[in-house]
Amino acid sequence: MTQMKERLVQLEVLRYNPDTDTEAHFQRYEVTCYEEGVVLDALNKIKADIDPTLNFRWSCHMAVCGSCGMMINGEPKLSCHTFLREYEGVIRVEPLAHFPIERDLVTAPDDFMEKLKRVKPYIIPKEKKPISEGEYKQTPTQLMKFRQYSMCINCMLCYAACPEYGLDPQFIGPAALTMAHRYNQDSRDAGREERQEVVATHEGVWTCTFVGACSEVCPAHVDPASALQQMKITSSIDWIVEHLIPGGKK
Amino acid sequence: MAKSHKPVVWFPFAAGGTVIAFFIPVIVVLTFLAALGHIPAGLSYERMHALAGNGLGKLIIFGVVALSLWSSAHRLRCTCYDFGVRADTLVATVLYVVAIVGSLLSAMYLLQI
Repeated sequence: MTQMKERLVQLEVLRYNPDTDTEAHFQRYEVTCYEEGVVLDALNKIKADIDPTLNFRWSCHMAVCGSCGMMINGEPKLSCHTFLREYEGVIRVEPLAHFPIERDLVTAPDDFMEKLKRVKPYIIPKEKKPISEGEYKQTPTQLMKFRQYSMCINCMLCYAACPEYGLDPQFIGPAALTMAHRYNQDSRDAGREERQEVVATHEGVWTCTFVGACSEVCPAHVDPASALQQMKITSSIDWIVEHLIPGGKK
Repeated sequence: MAKSHKPVVWFPFAAGGTVIAFFIPVIVVLTFLAALGHIPAGLSYERMHALAGNGLGKLIIFGVVALSLWSSAHRLRCTCYDFGVRADTLVATVLYVVAIVGSLLSAMYLLQI
């Protein structure tokens, strides 16, 4: 068997313990990792061999669960998907930007979860049909209209990347609005009007200035920016119908 | 939460963005060519003057100028906001007034031709 190559990795990790610290500080660690390793491997090695008090979230180690998002050298990334060999020198690891720190690299996702609920991210059928009438069928074309947007893993990297969310925390934000679009585009759904009560407000799509950082950092290639721009167009058409066309619905 | 009236400023912005994407690069290239003395026969002064003299021509030129100005004003407003300039009402008023004045001026000049 060939020997796996190893490398010495230096990490600068933001530490914060709410019980003892008044403010967060950086702590430097040095570990030896496999050349092919990712940042999460280095953190796990630190926790196992050097400092068991280091806190961070992770689960799947394969970019599916979306729980290991953190700022790596200032960029929001999944630490299980960020290779050590792509970095030189000290790698700076911080908790996801724009979210309150709970402890070390663990942030509180409550704001995002609350916003996700507000856009009603589930199918609201026109009329419920009994199971005896069979399934809701969909053609491949109908599926393709929303499939890309259904790939979101709720990792919140887009919130950490979005300058608008950083400036205005009321903003519903990229992932939650994209979920609204995903259900609006679903042929089985009839809930767009209900979602518009959140989507078409200032805190909804209209806080977005199309910076596009959300789509750049998305590890699932969801492209939230495109979802938001499409909703701006439909919301604008709604506005014209409501305000400029006589007899248009209010 | 009340629905936003942002579409009033966003729709002309989006239309202007489309117009800019299609027309402005061509206009920049043609202006450079003209500055270097290469004016394509189809774009001679006489023909351009005739276009600006025609009613439909005036409307097209006005559309390109006004929508591009509005789009640029709105983009600049968003950029200011992104950079943390929080005086949004002031920024928006100044930029939109510039766009409206520019559009009115272009309408005035076009009507004089």
